[in-house]
Amino acid sequence: MRAFAQLLEDLGYIQSRNRKLSRMVAYFRSTPDPDRGWALAALTDGVPQAVLGRLPLRRMLAELTETFIDPVLYRLSRDYVGDTAETVALLWPHRTAAQDPSESPAPEPPALGLGAIVHAFSNCDTTAQSTRLLGTLLDHLDTQGRWALLKFVGGAPRVGVSARLAKTALAEAFGHDVAEVEEVWHGVEAPYTNLFAWLEGKGPRPDVDGLPIFRPVMLAHPIEDDDWKSLAADDFVAEWKWDGIRVQISARGGQVRIFSRQGDDISGAFPEIRLVFTSHDCVADGELLVMRKGEVAPFNDLQQRLNRKVVTPRMQSQYPVHVRLYDLLFDGKEDLRPLPFTERRHRLEAWLQREKPLLVDLSALVPFASFDELNRIWAGTRAEGIEGLMLKRKESAYHAGRIKGLWYKWKRAPLTLDCVLMYAQRGAGKRSSYYSDYTFGVWRMTQTGDQELVPVGKAYSGFTDEELRHLDKWVRDHTTERFGPVRAVSAGLVLEVAFDAVQASARHKSGIAMRFPRIHRIRWDKPAAEADTIEAVNALLPQSERPPN
Amino acid sequence: MTALRRAAAPFHTWLYPDDRGLYCAAGGFHIDPHQPVERAVITHGHSDHARAGHGAVLATPETIAVMHARLGKESAGSFQPLPYGETITLSEVQVRLVPAGHILGSAQVVIEKQGCRAVVSGDYKRAHDPTCRPFELVPCDLFVTEATFALPVFQHEPAEHEARKLLHSLEEQPERAHLVGAYGLGKCQRMIKLVREAGYEKPIYLHGAMVSLCELYEACGVALGPLVYVADAERGTLAGELVMCPPSALRERWSRRFADPVTAFASGWMRIKGRARQQGVELPLVVSDHADWPELVATIRETGAGEVWITHGRDDALGHYLSTHGVKARALSIVGWDEEAE
Repeated sequence: MRAFAQLLEDLGYIQSRNRKLSRMVAYFRSTPDPDRGWALAALTDGVPQAVLGRLPLRRMLAELTETFIDPVLYRLSRDYVGDTAETVALLWPHRTAAQDPSESPAPEPPALGLGAIVHAFSNCDTTAQSTRLLGTLLDHLDTQGRWALLKFVGGAPRVGVSARLAKTALAEAFGHDVAEVEEVWHGVEAPYTNLFAWLEGKGPRPDVDGLPIFRPVMLAHPIEDDDWKSLAADDFVAEWKWDGIRVQISARGGQVRIFSRQGDDISGAFPEIRLVFTSHDCVADGELLVMRKGEVAPFNDLQQRLNRKVVTPRMQSQYPVHVRLYDLLFDGKEDLRPLPFTERRHRLEAWLQREKPLLVDLSALVPFASFDELNRIWAGTRAEGIEGLMLKRKESAYHAGRIKGLWYKWKRAPLTLDCVLMYAQRGAGKRSSYYSDYTFGVWRMTQTGDQELVPVGKAYSGFTDEELRHLDKWVRDHTTERFGPVRAVSAGLVLEVAFDAVQASARHKSGIAMRFPRIHRIRWDKPAAEADTIEAVNALLPQSERPPN
Repeated sequence: MTALRRAAAPFHTWLYPDDRGLYCAAGGFHIDPHQPVERAVITHGHSDHARAGHGAVLATPETIAVMHARLGKESAGSFQPLPYGETITLSEVQVRLVPAGHILGSAQVVIEKQGCRAVVSGDYKRAHDPTCRPFELVPCDLFVTEATFALPVFQHEPAEHEARKLLHSLEEQPERAHLVGAYGLGKCQRMIKLVREAGYEKPIYLHGAMVSLCELYEACGVALGPLVYVADAERGTLAGELVMCPPSALRERWSRRFADPVTAFASGWMRIKGRARQQGVELPLVVSDHADWPELVATIRETGAGEVWITHGRDDALGHYLSTHGVKARALSIVGWDEEAE
């Protein structure tokens, strides 16, 4: 636990990507199995909860902490720190003597190794046993160790390391390429002893041929003004960029998995799509959408289906999902990725003709002779579900990652509105103790003829750390009411908010929801009375969703 | 502890916050006012407590020296030094200054009226600090306390441990300059003294803003070892060297001259990971010049005070704790005493 705790703490503080990499490389090289494998799990997909026995961590911690701390002081502490694991680690009454970093530490008892801890939890039969075990472990660790333990069993350490960076470090530690690790990733399980053995040259490559695994996806660069002059219209095809989520469907031997762009397995949420692909053998790339009668529904509808482990039949009929394919990576066992786009496109069209799968269609190409013409076509299109255009180079193979010059995405400029700050909430993690989540509103006329603010959205990005400090101070100085971690403020600060679209929403008091709102500028100079009105917001709704005047 | 006789007049009739700060009506003076007043008693030299523009200032000789250095000799109409332990009568009350252990010259203000005793502690700590006199406990009826770190999550490790952590990092990464952000008055000199006690003998480099206060500490008898003003150092990137600077300088262009710097920050706030990460600190050093939670609770209990007023900080948590432990607590919410600059 000590080596892992130090690793987590260091990763949390190190800013530079390269230094984070070399810190992980050193750890993977110097730590034995199975501890390094469990650490790898924590830094990537999380330690599988099934292995630990699905710990109700929140309840266990409540039970453990209530024996020594007043609940009000606990709540105030939790609010201030912004993170439960860290709060408990700091509050825990046992104070081990601080270790002098210049002296060599006393050896850690084997029972505090990651492998031993996982083993001990998996041997617990009841929650009461797991709770006792957790309490005992916390008693034997110092502050840093307690924090790391709780992060480890809780799943997501959030130390500024993406799963991909951890995999990159793993590959680098043993002289491999990260794409090689990604190819086998979904065929191996924590604590990954066979994966380490292969990377170290001590074992065979894990056998993934019979499994539906993730293939690293090809990504696009946003197109910039300077790019156009170096591009020839003849070299590219255009497709609409659909407003859903990118998915990779991997079907092999009757098993189907659906992966997000990052390689997260999201199969559980979309059983109908899995069912469609059970009789196929392929890896396909496309957009997951909610569609009704051939029309793409607003992204908000798709959101109801995301982040679910299971889904009810009612959800399935209320939010019917559909996949619009734009690429084929494998046809049976044949790897199509080295082929140029145009050839893969032929294979995709042929495959759809042949197989005619339900709930699946083809993302049409948008024909154009020049970029000017393409621009005109696009300007004339306001269809629901279109987020922009994709430009794909005809000659390019399917490459993992984001390679300059092959694929471009061309999005519309965002919309902006001047809104008034209404509420601020304390952030979590890096922003704990700062008021960093902002709810803002626009003016609306009441029945008595007064102006009132009605909330239209919430944003927590788009400002610098320096601006955050000023916003935080402004919030503290203009608080009118406090509700736990939330403060209401007087109507005095205008935020210029950027967003991609507005949609009608029954869930919001204002009747609208913004898509991807973020703070564009802070208008310290603008009087709140001059901010926008609800009429200005409604004017941005699609025609069919506008309220009657 | 001897029980003190209760005065007829309750404290709040002669000691209360007004629009300029905490006012002692029976003595005719403010304590650490944030606006200019006729007569001020100043607990210590930090800028949120010691401001310019008062008619007359009463403080320890060290605090007066700090005010002269930072604000100028003309920053008040008159300065009256009151050494620790000496008593002065001001109108209806006797006033005495007692070490608070916060920084050089910091004092608690002990006010007695008809056998009834209030202690206004200013900022204080109980932990070891080789740059100032240690906190002295004064039993009292009313204790006025700060609450900067008044949450049970604040249990600071010994500062000596953090100094060794810094030296350890210097040994491990000799190719990088180590920039230690620290509040210029108090924290900077304590940090220097702590690494000296841990055996570091090389010159320590100073940002321009730290120079005059380090000289002042030396003049007051706090030996800090060899110091070099960064601008006077031979051109070089100071790889493997220790540089003290104000926290704000860590992010400024000034810091770019150094070799791939490790940014360290010595502050009690570094106990919270989110705080350190928010400020981009790579080496957080939990070194606080304020009492942590166990010290606050123990100090209040040891004073025997039946009534506690809380000036600034996490008053909700401390107030809750005291009221559930039979101590009458009141939050004063004094404006202008800035708990963030620690």
